[in-house]
Amino acid sequence: MTVMEQRGAYRPTPPPAWQPRTDPAPLLPDAAPYRVLGTGAAAQADPELLRRLYAELVRGRRYNAQATALTKQGRLAVYPSTTGQEACEVAAALVLQEQDWLFPSYRDTLAAVARGLDPVQALTLLRGDWHTGYDPREHRIAPLSTPLATQLPHAVGLAHAARLKGDDVVALAMVGDGGTSEGDFHEALNFAAVWQAPVVFLVQNNGFAISVPLAKQTAAPSLAHKAVGYGMPGRLVDGNDAVAVHEVLSDAVRHAREGGGPTLVEAITYRIEAHTNADDATRYRGETEVEAWRAHDPIALLEHELTERGLIDEAGIQAARDAAETMAAELRAHMNQDPVLDPMDLFADVYAEPTPQLREQREQLAAELAAEREGTHS
Amino acid sequence: MTTVALKPATMAQALTRALRDAMAADPTVHVMGEDVGTLGGVFRVTDGLAKEFGEDRCTDTPLAEAGILGTAVGMAMYGLRPVVEMQFDAFAYPAFEQLISHVSRMRNRTRGAMPLPITIRVPYGGGIGGVEHHSDSSEAYYMATPGLHVVTPATVADAYGLLRAAIASDDPVVFLEPKRLYWSKDTWNPDEPTPVDPIGRAVVRRPGRSATLITYGPSLPVCLEAADAARAEGWDLEVVDLRSLVPFDDETVCASVRRTGRALVVHESGGYGGPGGEIAARVTERCFHHLEAPVLRVAGFDIPYPPPMLERHHLPGVDRILDAVGRLQWEAEN
Ligand SMILES: Cc1ncc(C[n+]2csc(CCOP(=O)(O)OP(=O)(O)O)c2C)c(N)n1
Repeated sequence: MTVMEQRGAYRPTPPPAWQPRTDPAPLLPDAAPYRVLGTGAAAQADPELLRRLYAELVRGRRYNAQATALTKQGRLAVYPSTTGQEACEVAAALVLQEQDWLFPSYRDTLAAVARGLDPVQALTLLRGDWHTGYDPREHRIAPLSTPLATQLPHAVGLAHAARLKGDDVVALAMVGDGGTSEGDFHEALNFAAVWQAPVVFLVQNNGFAISVPLAKQTAAPSLAHKAVGYGMPGRLVDGNDAVAVHEVLSDAVRHAREGGGPTLVEAITYRIEAHTNADDATRYRGETEVEAWRAHDPIALLEHELTERGLIDEAGIQAARDAAETMAAELRAHMNQDPVLDPMDLFADVYAEPTPQLREQREQLAAELAAEREGTHS
Repeated sequence: MTTVALKPATMAQALTRALRDAMAADPTVHVMGEDVGTLGGVFRVTDGLAKEFGEDRCTDTPLAEAGILGTAVGMAMYGLRPVVEMQFDAFAYPAFEQLISHVSRMRNRTRGAMPLPITIRVPYGGGIGGVEHHSDSSEAYYMATPGLHVVTPATVADAYGLLRAAIASDDPVVFLEPKRLYWSKDTWNPDEPTPVDPIGRAVVRRPGRSATLITYGPSLPVCLEAADAARAEGWDLEVVDLRSLVPFDDETVCASVRRTGRALVVHESGGYGGPGGEIAARVTERCFHHLEAPVLRVAGFDIPYPPPMLERHHLPGVDRILDAVGRLQWEAEN
């Protein structure tokens, strides 16, 4: 007779007691995106911070416009604009200290520039003269990552390594709403939480992954909710409210620095331009939607606050615009110079020491180039 | 002259010793993977490391291959030397995105500013009666990815020396461990384990005159056995152990083929699109006028790795090698 056949006689013993882990207690994100501008809390905001954010937003907007213009002139192969998303880009850069690391996605050139990277170096990838135009260690900015979400585990590993060494380093990693569907997003968050790594994940939910709206990307109540399952706090913030993004990210960075582990921040924002200059956004969204978001513009929101509180006047606004114009003029001038490329660089830095196979191929190219030169001279 | 105390040791023991010595010599070496800590790995290669060096240096990670390799990238970016264990060949596939999109090209895309000294240990190949997904030979995928070194030991001494060299390398190394040789014993000096040639050198394991068997990893013992069997029939086979698939040692291989005039490549992975095609082409391009016969290949069939009860039909064995040697028409020479 088997156990199942002993009806009545068999009394299953209850399983050993199990309790879900409820510590740290409140992981659920805010019910509504956190806002500062336009609320009573704005009065508490530090005037210096407001002015700094404003100047950076204006510069960032001009940078986006200039880079987009450069695609039209054939100076950039492609540019994914962050017009409308400047508050996220700028805040992500400003909350970090010198020794901290930024892990940007391909869209986040502006965050790299706001962190102090030379605008021309930041655009190397998109111009097409090399993949990364700067030394990541020098600036503590990882290479702009084109495969979605793959840079997130790097941020976790780096933060973990820094903590093992006893260094005070926080990593901030940026990803789009579409990128949260990738397996690497999941694995990064899981590792970060298990290791309690000092990392902040910033999701810029700008409504679309190329043409696909968020509703077709996830069934979760919000992207910030995903944090709960990993055992880390999730925060929801108005991504067009620069002060709010700065505050939420600052909290998360401080939390990480103090050993509290990772945080997932979802910033609700909107992509005003198309996915890139090569994309036709009219195929998947209407102008009324875009107009509604234009009315919630990050620069206008902050400018209103500054003006209301008498922290800026027309001259101040003009000064910010002038500074942005100077940056744009310099960027134009630099980008209009043809980069000097050496084809022999193709064989540099594949390995520390070129393999015999690569040495042969290098000689082949050198001979081809020599023949080409002779051809033009004769 | 010093006398060396040779003792029997398994390849797994030599690998453990290499990891331990590397960790002791360099505090930036970190071992990580699934079950590598308390358990010491499913093949026990990491046995005792967590105890000796602590869990921060030998870490049981969450069960996620992309996460393991992806976090290792970040750790290497910060100056550590991660040694990552993929539990089985076919379970490394989730990590391919990180391997191909980041690990292999980080040095290149940053113009040398950010090399990634990561060692990726992958137990590979069949012959141990493993069920599906436990016996793949994935070396062709790795070989096809520029920026990676791909090495595989076939002897106990090489297991130690090559792993030390891999961990010391400033470039990512895919370190393929022939799992069917984990328990193969060899006499070895565990008190003074010796380093090997730098990565990228093949070695002639058995000199001969009639033909060259070009092989690596799990097929080396099979080729040596075939060479012994062939002697009875008057064939004198040379056996070259590649040890490194990337970089490839054209010099040693071609010197051998020029001597013997005939070549046969032997490996477990499928022949179509497999390493043998590349090797045969290289040998033909460089030694055409020395060749007395086309370069032949004895490889696994071009099928998904078979179930364990059929794998002996798939794996290149002595008979199949000897048949192919016959087809090289060596008779003309003798
Ligand atoms: C792994 C991977 N799959 C597909 C792509 C192609 N691709 C580039 S951007 C993009 C949409 C990304 O959307 P999201 O993550 O929301 O970021 P956003 O572009 O809105 O900033 C896609 C599908 C890619 N870069 N990487």
